[in-house]
Amino acid sequence: MSTTENPAPTVPARPAMAKNLAALLAGALFGFGLAISSMIRPAAVLDFLRFDDFGLLLVLGGAAGVTTIAYKLAPRLLTRPILGGQFGEHPSVLNARTIGGAAIFGIGWGICGVCPGPAIAGLGAGEFMLVAALVGIFAGAFVHGRFFEK
Amino acid sequence: MLRLLSSCFQSNPRRESRSPEQQRWYPILALTYDSRMDIAALFPNGWSNYLVGGIFIGGAVSLLFILTGLIGGMSTVFTSTWSYVSRHSFFQQAKFTGSRVWRLYYAAGLILGTFIWMITLGSPQSPGVGVGFLLVGGFLVGFGARLSNGCTSGHGICGVASWQVPSILAVITFLATAIGTAHIIEALGWMA
Repeated sequence: MSTTENPAPTVPARPAMAKNLAALLAGALFGFGLAISSMIRPAAVLDFLRFDDFGLLLVLGGAAGVTTIAYKLAPRLLTRPILGGQFGEHPSVLNARTIGGAAIFGIGWGICGVCPGPAIAGLGAGEFMLVAALVGIFAGAFVHGRFFEK
Repeated sequence: MLRLLSSCFQSNPRRESRSPEQQRWYPILALTYDSRMDIAALFPNGWSNYLVGGIFIGGAVSLLFILTGLIGGMSTVFTSTWSYVSRHSFFQQAKFTGSRVWRLYYAAGLILGTFIWMITLGSPQSPGVGVGFLLVGGFLVGFGARLSNGCTSGHGICGVASWQVPSILAVITFLATAIGTAHIIEALGWMA
């Protein structure tokens, strides 16, 4: 594979292939964690939402806890990320879209027990029915981008 | 705290003696009147797998950040990938065209990770949810997460971990509507 397939002329800061492989490795760890915690099974997520098993809170809390340490410490200990570029920030704004979108997202999550990460990850464990959820998510993202943004 | 933790390891000897109706509400009741003894009722499948899985997920998002500085939310890939197909100006913004390649690698990694789990520790899974629910729910998940600019990982992990108040409020909102929706659907008996 060559780096020329990255068609981003405006963001050349990091060596493209190293960045992509880092994303692949991080994605694999993420997927492994989702599988260990059974979050790739929509039925397990629905068990939480129906108050039958509170494990999801440990998953979310554990993940956010570890990430907090990295997000707070890395920019202090390192001048820049190991592979170059700069430390990003999660951009979130308090407005009707953020909260209204979250409300709609939650309704969908309550219907199917699938959120974006597990919808992709479940395929690796043979949950091919999740293609239906992926079609739905891609369609929802398209309708949002095409008709609800300028 | 230590007693609380150690009680997690013990199964609850009184579990069998409860009626189905009591068992149904037991996790809630346990929260209210006897959380020291009955914390196990909140985690009928144990708690350690959840915590270990969460630490892996947090480690993944941390690794991505330390190596590249990138913020590892998952839902943006569903918008950035449309930039390959749609000429619409929203999808052609640099934040999507400039990130669409690594986001696809990140998504491919997810599949690789669960595949490695399946052939080592785990086994093939099935969703246990009907196709209609997946399609309709998926549409709302995709639309809502993109409108909100974040999902369980973007707001729930990355946003919370950077102490962003809008993300924390988004998490509270989507947990509330998801819990409400799941209970309504269960009450209607739509899912066997």
